[in-house]
Amino acid sequence: MTAIAEQASPTAIKTGITHQMTGNEAIARGAWEAGVKVAAAYPGTPSTEIMENMARYPVGDVHAQWSTNEKVALDVAIGASFSGVRAISMMKHVGLNVASDALMSFSYIGVHGGLVLIVCDDPGIHSSQNEQDSRIFGRFAQIPVMEPSDAQEALDYTKIAFDLSERFDTPVMVRSTTRISHTRSPVLVSERVTPKDLGFNADVTKNVMVPGHARARHPKVIERLERLAEYLETSDLNRLELGSSKIGIITSSMSYAYVKENLPDASVLKLGLSFPLPKKLIQDFCAKHDRVIVVEELEPVIENEIKTWGLKVEGKEFFPRIGELSPEQVRLSFEQAGVLEPVENALGPQFEPLIRPPVLCAGCPHAMSYTAIRSLDVRVAGDIGCYTLAVGDPLTAIDTTVAMGSSIANAAGMYLAGTETKPIVATIGDSTFIHSGIPPLIDAVYNKANITVILLDNHITAMTGGQENPGTGKTLRGEATHEIDFEAMIRACGVEWIERVDSYDAASMMQTMRESIAYRGVSVLIADRPCVLDPVKIKGPTMSVDAKDCNACQGCMNLGCPALIWSDEWYEGRHVVKIDPTACIGCSVCAQFCPTGAIQPTLVLDQKAAKAKPCGGS
Amino acid sequence: MAILDTKHRKEPINVLIVGVGGQGVIMVSKVLAQICQNLGYQVKQSEVHGMAKRGGVVFSHVRFGAQVWSPTIPMGKADVLIALEWAEGLRWMSYLRPDTGVFIADTKRIVPPFACRSRILGADIGYSRDTPDDVREKVAEAYALDATEMATRAGNERAANTLLLGALSTTLTFPVSEWKKVISQMVPPKTVDVNLAVFDQGQQWIDSSRKGDPVAGAAFVPLVQPEVNPVRTSLEITEEWCKGCDICVKMCPERCLILNKDQVVELAEPEKCTGCHICEWLCPDFAISLNPIPQEAVA
Repeated sequence: MTAIAEQASPTAIKTGITHQMTGNEAIARGAWEAGVKVAAAYPGTPSTEIMENMARYPVGDVHAQWSTNEKVALDVAIGASFSGVRAISMMKHVGLNVASDALMSFSYIGVHGGLVLIVCDDPGIHSSQNEQDSRIFGRFAQIPVMEPSDAQEALDYTKIAFDLSERFDTPVMVRSTTRISHTRSPVLVSERVTPKDLGFNADVTKNVMVPGHARARHPKVIERLERLAEYLETSDLNRLELGSSKIGIITSSMSYAYVKENLPDASVLKLGLSFPLPKKLIQDFCAKHDRVIVVEELEPVIENEIKTWGLKVEGKEFFPRIGELSPEQVRLSFEQAGVLEPVENALGPQFEPLIRPPVLCAGCPHAMSYTAIRSLDVRVAGDIGCYTLAVGDPLTAIDTTVAMGSSIANAAGMYLAGTETKPIVATIGDSTFIHSGIPPLIDAVYNKANITVILLDNHITAMTGGQENPGTGKTLRGEATHEIDFEAMIRACGVEWIERVDSYDAASMMQTMRESIAYRGVSVLIADRPCVLDPVKIKGPTMSVDAKDCNACQGCMNLGCPALIWSDEWYEGRHVVKIDPTACIGCSVCAQFCPTGAIQPTLVLDQKAAKAKPCGGS
Repeated sequence: MAILDTKHRKEPINVLIVGVGGQGVIMVSKVLAQICQNLGYQVKQSEVHGMAKRGGVVFSHVRFGAQVWSPTIPMGKADVLIALEWAEGLRWMSYLRPDTGVFIADTKRIVPPFACRSRILGADIGYSRDTPDDVREKVAEAYALDATEMATRAGNERAANTLLLGALSTTLTFPVSEWKKVISQMVPPKTVDVNLAVFDQGQQWIDSSRKGDPVAGAAFVPLVQPEVNPVRTSLEITEEWCKGCDICVKMCPERCLILNKDQVVELAEPEKCTGCHICEWLCPDFAISLNPIPQEAVA
């Protein structure tokens, strides 16, 4: 069963009562209620659903768009702010690295229309390449960092962030985490209030960051932070919950919930912002308690700053700096700190867990592309996307993965090192290529690298759940728009060898790939097949295995297709293969690999079976 | 038999729902959360997306009560564990309260490609061999039912998760009418009837099972046993006949053949060869042959 209740218009939901919302839904709601006019983002787990929800609000209220990358998204929001409307940009933690160039200078400029930056961190690395703590980035850029602890605060803080942004002339970061973004909890909603459009602010000393102007802006950045810190001393964004304990806890974000779970009656100073900190409030809190412990996920951001004031606080000697916190981890850390009596944690029975890594979908075109790549014995620089899963068994076809768009320049660097004996291949998806793969392609041609780029064009941004991009010809709201002509663009970058092959055509794939690596210079092979999940879930007539013909060679199993599993039959000590008809989409790639012709369309095998029955049968 | 008194407990009630991407885990937790909200409880529901769509592990924590802090259930504190897939149920078992936890699992198996990776002759499938009896020995209260098969017979395989909701409803004190109201609101209109029918089935299944009545859908199909005496082979290459065409090297599923410096095929990793005959059949020059090794020679 699938939810249809969700499809109702979000503006139709009742105000004044609570609704179950994820943190991401609440952030979108908060931005809408704050009267945001322009929203731009690039998808990235766990932030993606914020923009998807933003797009459910009326076109007349907010322009919502997928941008080509996070820097572009932030620049679009900055442009809207220049023109006097409220704007928002959302991204995952590593997206902030991409956007940071614009952010660092915009921090000096400050805002005209309020600008809020939503950054979703991923402690525990559920679906990312690192677990950086973006709060440090906020501090680096000298902008306030708000840390909601649940969906209600995600909504409220997003709204307040716009007010703070305009009042203190600063972009404001609202920092979520995977757990906050993807947890549903009750949220009270209210109506949208649209502020008056301010129009463009034609003050070049504020808007144009030439050295003379920038030098004058820097003191203003420091000064606004001082004013903000002063304001936060008494703001109810920082909440003092005085309990009976002699031990005081300073915390923020989701850690607050874990603290309350374990110490419901303790004295807690819950910080709404981890930057800037309310110094006097914290000094008073420390003075009132014999012992103060800071509980925060990832880096000791709050703890270290308090220590620089000469106050004695504890924290990371008990709480891990690595990974996501949990109620049981926080309990254990409190036990180690001597705050809680150790209890033997009684758990349910343990069974050996099944190894179930995420896999490429049944019929995924990437499976064939990487099977061909693996057969060539080449060095492969990978990139970010579903296809990073080809690093695992059985495809094992990726040697490196760094960050969005890194593959092509990494491959060029391997070539320039001069030590590689194998041909060098870069693999990159369509959306990642648009995000940040084009400058390195120009660079590779310009600097005469000898590499092959395999552009895995599945016509969607798949990993994050199927978002449109400039290669799909549709906008976030589904309107038709210009569709990038990849071949023309790649040719314009100076690439002379370009071929487009259907990923499902095993023989052409393997042959064309051999030709592409034989070419001296930069060659680009476009492996072309739509994603099987998005925008349309593809389901064709299925394939089946004729068990009597299968010699269990396991050739098809090397595709790693989840529709192919072992049957209950054996052939010379090897498992005969069968196809799960509910999973198979009929791509036929496995049949192209079958040396005995045992894999056939189910229809054909059924007809054969029917013919084989003796005449006169019913 | 545990029925959780939702009205008089101080601590939140914790339900953990687990399965594999695409099975409808999130839908189960959404229905439960909605009912709890309708009945005036504070509810938190936490899940992890991201890699889940790629056939990975999916789990959703639902906690409700007068006051809920952490959105995730502390280990060892789940009152009910609902599993939409057998091995996933086993994976999360340590989250159950050891003394009172209720385990309800679909016996359906979703075998991951990783379970079919071993190429040792006669290899065992990489999937749990634990049976419902093994589980019942270790858990306060455990139910294993073939919900997918029952839902398929009722007319919609995808309604298996609603059947498990019916089973879950027997552990809580919520009125049946409330369950049915929310389910009717949340499922596609065309499937309301079948979903309500399987909800009843799930409820009845647990009720009968608790009474000790024989119940249909409790059959647990055992996994295929490993092969005891597989045929073993040795690979023989007639070097003089090999012209180095590379066909066998490229087509070998185990990639255990190479061309040596003389451009002649060589079995580089004999331990990897499974004796599948592909190289023998494809060689245009009949340079490869596979010969069975007699059993006594193997021993």
